[in-house]
Amino acid sequence: MNDMTQTLETPVAGRERIGGVILDLQNISLRFGGVKALTDISFDVREHEIRSIIGPNGAGKSSMLNVINGVYHPQEGRILFRGALREKMEPQVAAAQGIARTFQNIALFKGMTVLDNIMTGRNLKMKCNLFQHALFWGAAQKEEIAHRIKVEEVIDFLEIQSIRNTPVGRLPYGLQKRVELGRALAAEPELLLLDEPMAGMNVEEKQDMCRFILDVNDEYGTTIVLIEHDMGVVMDISDRVVVLDYGKKIGDGAPDEVKNNPDVIAAYLGTSH
Amino acid sequence: MFYRENGQFKASYVEDQRIFKVQQDRVAIIAIVAIAALLVPMLASDYLLRALLIPFLILSLAAIGLNILVGYCGQISLGTGAFMAVGAYAAWNLGVRVPETPLLLQILAGGACATAIGVLFGIPSLRLRGLYLAVSTLAAQFFLDWAFLRIPALTNYSTSGSVSVGSLSFFGLPVESAAQKYLFCLGFVVVFAVIAKNLVRSGTGRQWMAIRDMDIAAGVIGIRPAYAKLTAFAVSSFIVGVAGALWGFVHLGAWEPLAFGLDRSFQLLFMIIIGGLGSIAGSFFGAAFIVLLPIVLTNVPELFGLPLSVDTAAHLEHVVFGALIVIFLIAEPHGLARLWSIGREKLRLWPFPY
Amino acid sequence: MGFFLETFLGGLMTGLLYALIGLGFVLIFKASGVFNFAQGAMVLVAALAMARFSGWATEALGSMVLGNVLAFLMSVAFMIAVAIVIERLVLRHLVNQELTTLLMATLGITYVLDGLGQMVFGSSVYTIDVGMPKEPLFLFEGVFEGGMLINPDDLIAAGVAATLVATLALLFQYTKVGRALRAVADDHQAAQSVGIPLGRIWVVVWAVAGIVALVAGIVWGSKLGVQFSLSTVALRALPVVILGGLTSVPGAIIGGLIIGVGEKVSEVYLGPFVGGGIEVWFAYVLALVFLLFRPEGLFGEKHIDRV
Repeated sequence: MNDMTQTLETPVAGRERIGGVILDLQNISLRFGGVKALTDISFDVREHEIRSIIGPNGAGKSSMLNVINGVYHPQEGRILFRGALREKMEPQVAAAQGIARTFQNIALFKGMTVLDNIMTGRNLKMKCNLFQHALFWGAAQKEEIAHRIKVEEVIDFLEIQSIRNTPVGRLPYGLQKRVELGRALAAEPELLLLDEPMAGMNVEEKQDMCRFILDVNDEYGTTIVLIEHDMGVVMDISDRVVVLDYGKKIGDGAPDEVKNNPDVIAAYLGTSH
Repeated sequence: MFYRENGQFKASYVEDQRIFKVQQDRVAIIAIVAIAALLVPMLASDYLLRALLIPFLILSLAAIGLNILVGYCGQISLGTGAFMAVGAYAAWNLGVRVPETPLLLQILAGGACATAIGVLFGIPSLRLRGLYLAVSTLAAQFFLDWAFLRIPALTNYSTSGSVSVGSLSFFGLPVESAAQKYLFCLGFVVVFAVIAKNLVRSGTGRQWMAIRDMDIAAGVIGIRPAYAKLTAFAVSSFIVGVAGALWGFVHLGAWEPLAFGLDRSFQLLFMIIIGGLGSIAGSFFGAAFIVLLPIVLTNVPELFGLPLSVDTAAHLEHVVFGALIVIFLIAEPHGLARLWSIGREKLRLWPFPY
Repeated sequence: MGFFLETFLGGLMTGLLYALIGLGFVLIFKASGVFNFAQGAMVLVAALAMARFSGWATEALGSMVLGNVLAFLMSVAFMIAVAIVIERLVLRHLVNQELTTLLMATLGITYVLDGLGQMVFGSSVYTIDVGMPKEPLFLFEGVFEGGMLINPDDLIAAGVAATLVATLALLFQYTKVGRALRAVADDHQAAQSVGIPLGRIWVVVWAVAGIVALVAGIVWGSKLGVQFSLSTVALRALPVVILGGLTSVPGAIIGGLIIGVGEKVSEVYLGPFVGGGIEVWFAYVLALVFLLFRPEGLFGEKHIDRV
């Protein structure tokens, strides 16, 4: 429990770190054929904060993340990242701008080892070309070692040293989630999108994951957008929470405000008319 | 000395990056290359060299090329034979049109042409996946087969695309006898195996494998799918093209488009499935297997006094190949290479398995 | 004009046969998510079986009609047996595997069937004679000069193909088995969990595909003779399903017709300028170009990536 009590303190203590708006989503609407996944959603994310998105299943939370990092392209609305209006773009461009993420259903590279998976996270920072790779000795090797050192830091941070050389397909669920976080962290992102990082975990695993998220936020100042179903965790660690239901925004604000918002209560518990 | 890494501590990342991490492996591979380069050409008979070892080397090379595309990057290809043909005919054309071109340059130019064509037919892979891509590579196979047969300009107006090469020489050294041809091929194989291994253990290889394992996630961490896929097509086709040129120039000497037909494509695909998808060593195992199997199939029944007719042997070969593919896909999708590494793991612990 | 129509109609006929083979692909893909490369080998094996059985049966019974009927029944039984063996030995062990793994497995099946078929039934060229009329007919002689030349066996073949296609479409849409098939196609595990016997469904589908292959084999075989090249004819039909969409029965038919006609017309009008023989790749290139603009085919279902 020691962990949890600490985590309660951290966001309060860190509140003055929170800076200006880093990501501004304005009137986002997303449709698949006739299905409206997101309708007219606006919210912003400030620098260094932990911003949670909650809502019942099918509320459009994952779609929202997919919009932020360019997997889906909204039909309407504007996205401003660091004040610049963003054009329609591919996920790899978002990655280059410093947006990393994890997925609801783990999206690791199953055939590769933990080390290689996390190394792929460094991909954008590696500059050697095909021919240097083909020769390997020389520039490519030097670069490989430099990035290996960074990756080892991430491995140490997430306490997964012992499984470094294990193919991820063989790891249990909780560790896979951790490796996926590691891959995202290896990119040293400015904005980290976490899609249910604690789903399906037991209490200890959840505590570990909370600790990692808070440490990342604390030590590296990484801005985090978090989707999570565990209300306890969300209320504990978020600075601000946005609530979606059926693709619409029904609440936005500090955890306490959201908790007492009648619309939010209605969405979660149902209303009696 | 037991085969194990106990006591072989890796004190730096350089040591951890080695291709062969166990010292005994390093010794073994050097020994194998040394034997292959020095002893084999002295001791092996002409028949052994021409009928087994040279085809084995060239097919290994082609399998390495294909394995990069299929095994590492996950882009299935049924058009390998055609890309070999491009390598062979391009190299030949250069030789005929600019006779003073050195052999090495001809062969590399063959590879370069195969790269260009390979990338061209790889472009559909940016939109298509899995079997749709298989169809697009089949399109390459059928189209190129046809092109070499029917477009006279591509084969210098020789009838139905059948061409031949004269005597070969490598910077003044003759490449004539079986041993010389063997060494010539061995050189290519060693160089390209090292290059391929370097690529797959570096950033490029990780990009390929990321695309193979989960292309959307790869995009999200900043890998450009187009770049990764097209480099895989390019590198793969280059190696395959070089293998094709060697197959035509060194192994066959004279050939027609049929030598690089659909059957060749399937054969190569089978090689890497049996040998091991995503394994450079597996490419060698697969090639060895494919070269040896027909010989076993014709000789073993004879030993038992049941000589098979040529036809039956050919059909039996088909059946055995097909059955093996299915068996491997079901039982050991990583092929012989995986069996080999399991054996090595066991050996690493032997004789104290706990 | 007469010549163009003739070419066009000839294309339609070939197209129907392609559709027949394409139908085999679609059936199996819909029900098991397997892209069955072995469809061509199945055509070959079925045709070989039919050719040899009909030879023996006709001799034994002394009547061509009876002999052919008996041989047809025997071949149907044979194809069902093949389906059972494939399910037992291969498919059962590859449930829920990746598409490409399954694809490669069917390549293996192709080799086994090609080899075994020729080992068992022999590898020379056989003929199937089901008594189709061979005398060409001239139509529309009054409409335009010279009329049109039509082979009656083509017409019969087209009729057979059309009947088969219609029957299968109805079967798929309206019977219990058909519904089970569609359920399996959607999700193996979900179908199993509501009590659909996956193994039996697969046997049914492969058997039906085998029978479709048999019909295709008889039709092609009586036109061209039964030989190894039948196996590759099926490869020519592959673009058909790509064009039509892998999961669509009508797609296979329309795709078949488009490609049949396209192939013939392009060969006749374009072929001479580029050295001929373009029908071996025309269909592929057509399908490929088409795919680039509409990857799911004409009637296929659009695939949305979920992450």
